[in-house]
Amino acid sequence: MNNIMELKCSAVSSNESFARVTVAAFVSQLDPTVDELNEIKTVVSEAVTNAVIHGYKDKEDGFVFIRVELDEERIHLMIQDEGIGMDDVHEARQPMYTSKPEMERSGMGFTIMENFMDEVDISSSPLMGTTVKMTKRLSQRKALCN
Amino acid sequence: MSLKVDLEQRGHVLCVRLDGELDHHTSKQLKEQVDESLEKLDVEDVLLNLSNLTFMDSSGLGVILGRYKFVQNIGGQIVVCSIPQQIKRLFEMSGMFKIIRLEDDELDALSTLGVAS
Repeated sequence: MNNIMELKCSAVSSNESFARVTVAAFVSQLDPTVDELNEIKTVVSEAVTNAVIHGYKDKEDGFVFIRVELDEERIHLMIQDEGIGMDDVHEARQPMYTSKPEMERSGMGFTIMENFMDEVDISSSPLMGTTVKMTKRLSQRKALCN
Repeated sequence: MSLKVDLEQRGHVLCVRLDGELDHHTSKQLKEQVDESLEKLDVEDVLLNLSNLTFMDSSGLGVILGRYKFVQNIGGQIVVCSIPQQIKRLFEMSGMFKIIRLEDDELDALSTLGVAS
C-alpha cells in the first residue's frame, strides 16, 4: 500500500517554508539524493506561492491543500487551492509569463516545476481554484520496508 | 526559516550577503532593505554574495530581476558570486546569466568592479 500524507494550511506566505520542509521530511523516507530533495522543496514552494499570490490574491483567508503519495519509487504530489483559478493554463505555463509583473514576479514557477519533475498536470477553472499534480521518479529507488 | 541580509557599501558597490532562505515570504524583506540602501547610498553596482543561501525559488529570481532593472537605469550592473550549485541551476534555467555576471567569490567580483580590497 502506498504511503500517504495530507496537509491543509492557511494560504499565508509564512507557510511556504513550512509546506516545503514538511513535504521534504515525508519524502525523505524514500532516500532521495540531496538534489532530488532540493528539487521537491522548490516545486512545493512554487506551487504554494502560486496559491497564496494568484489563487487567493494575498488575502490570507483561504487554505492550501497538499497531498503526497509515495509508492516504491515515485513521489506523487498534489497542491490545490480553492481560489480564483485561471482562464488559460497554457498561457500561464509559458516561461517568463506572469499575470503580476508589477509584483516583480519572474514568471518561472511552472517552468521550474516542469524542469524538476517528470510529469506536471495543471487543472484550473475560474472561481473554482487550481490543482497542480506532479510526479517524480527517484534515481536511487528504494522499496519501503512496510 | 528566515533570511538574514547583510548590507555593506564598498566604494560604489553595494554588497548584499544573503544567509538563509529566499522565497516569496522573505523576498519582501530583501526588496525593502536593498531598495532603502540603493536610495540612501551613493552606489552604482550591486554585488550579490549567495554563499550562505540555502534555498531559493522563482520569487528570488523576481526580486533580483527587479533590482537589476533599477541598477541598469542608473548605469550600473549586478554581479553574483559564491553561488551554490542548486541555485546556479535556477539561474541557468531562467537565463539570468545573460544579464547578470557570475564571479567565483567576493574578492574576484569586487576587483572586476574596480574596487580594491
